[in-house]
Amino acid sequence: MSAAMENAIEVTGLRTHYGQREILKGISISIPRGKTSVILGGSGCGKSTLLKHLIGLLRPTEGKIAINGRDIAAMDEEELNGVRRKMGVLFQGAALLNSLTVAENVALPIREHARLNESTVMIMVRMKLDLVGLSGFENFYPSQLSGGMKKRAGLARAIALDPELLFFDEPSAGLDPVTAAGLDDLILKLRNVFGMTIVVVTHELPSVFTIADYVIMLDAGEVIFSGILDDLRNSQNERVRMFLERRPETRTYSPDDYFRFIVGD
Amino acid sequence: MPSKTEAFFGSVGRRVILFGRDVHYASKIINDAFYWTFVSPVKGKPVRVRATISEIVKAGYNAVPIVAVISLFVGIILALQAAYQLKRVGALIYVANLVGVSITRELGPILTAIIVAGRSGSAFAAEIGSMKSAEEVDALVTMGINPVRFLVTPKLLALMFMLPALTVFADMIGIFGGFLLSTTVIGIHPYNYFQQSVNALLVKDVMTGLVKAWAFGIVITIVGAYQGFKVEGGAEEVGRRTTASVVASIFLVIVFDLFFTTLFYYFT
Repeated sequence: MSAAMENAIEVTGLRTHYGQREILKGISISIPRGKTSVILGGSGCGKSTLLKHLIGLLRPTEGKIAINGRDIAAMDEEELNGVRRKMGVLFQGAALLNSLTVAENVALPIREHARLNESTVMIMVRMKLDLVGLSGFENFYPSQLSGGMKKRAGLARAIALDPELLFFDEPSAGLDPVTAAGLDDLILKLRNVFGMTIVVVTHELPSVFTIADYVIMLDAGEVIFSGILDDLRNSQNERVRMFLERRPETRTYSPDDYFRFIVGD
Repeated sequence: MPSKTEAFFGSVGRRVILFGRDVHYASKIINDAFYWTFVSPVKGKPVRVRATISEIVKAGYNAVPIVAVISLFVGIILALQAAYQLKRVGALIYVANLVGVSITRELGPILTAIIVAGRSGSAFAAEIGSMKSAEEVDALVTMGINPVRFLVTPKLLALMFMLPALTVFADMIGIFGGFLLSTTVIGIHPYNYFQQSVNALLVKDVMTGLVKAWAFGIVITIVGAYQGFKVEGGAEEVGRRTTASVVASIFLVIVFDLFFTTLFYYFT
């Protein structure tokens, strides 16, 4: 198998800016096919920005993002929509449309991309809702659901078209440990049963050790680690160890520097 | 340290660049809105009929009571003010002309537009803005659904249809208000008032009013959508953009009113 087939996503030299500030400083990563890859890192390291580039929401200043061997950074909107058909995304807040019921939300991508009659659409919707454990909630509105249920409904919508690639933005953010573990189980199930390529952006260590096959760690816009889980555990990189051992960042000033800092010089 | 001159030109330049970006973004939304409303349905991407009907109900039907009350009062006020001057020259019957013409040509469309800008323009900005901050707009994009097609097209169609409809309604109620006052307080015979109104009004008076109303509908939708899509932060910015959308759409409605009134003055 060639490298392009082994890796679902191949990012080379990705450089991005937010205004004048450089967020990603020329990173290169590969996401293996059919595995769960976790993009790990502290707040503000650029991991959400990276995700937004992978799903084509933002355009890079420089660099290539090849999905199945085709560079999405160079595509126009219409081509990109073709690629997006094979992607599912679960956003941090689930991003369900509040004006529609759960069933209508899940049916949204199906109705948009496939010409099916109404009863077939509803069968597909019920199948997906059953898969995430939300049967019977078809006619609820998102505002009537709990945080964990919203995420499940968002997941049902993300997998509505049986995507090859599934992206998660902070799946366990704001959930209690039990609900978060339930979501991790679902992620494992999707990889094992459907063979999806899954990319998870998170900073929650427990869930990393449950779901990850492959880990990419970012710090201040640069890749400081990429490899399998065991390599992560044995990594000797100082920043990686700090993250894994939950050590706080200690910055020591010299008295002179501190003085300069507080007088704002 | 840049010199004062440099700093001056620097700040002017930055403003011009920012303004240029806003203009670019606004024209992109106008372009997209018209493309997804009129061109893409021909190419087999139909508009969302149910969403459009729901917008028609929200923006049009639900605005009927407030439009009715305001235009009734304005009709009465107009008749009173007209009578105040006209009775000095003994031409009270011309109250009918004044009320009829000013309501249909000017006040009907502009009052309706201002009410709709306050009710629906702000609602559009708030709805799209809060969807933007909850990543719902991003979710639409990743599902391959164009947000302008999904969100703006139903609103645009609804206002293009409902603003003229509400204007016709406002015209009728406004004239009725003038009629009510003139026949009771001023003492003009109802039949005379009716005849006078019918003679004074031309079809073109009503039609120019409706053309204006149609244009105002577009202006209000585009401004609301533009402000909504510009939201980047959270709740505070949604509020700020909502306010800005009302102010900007009322301002632009008046600018367009000036434009159309001038146009009709010379070309009808």
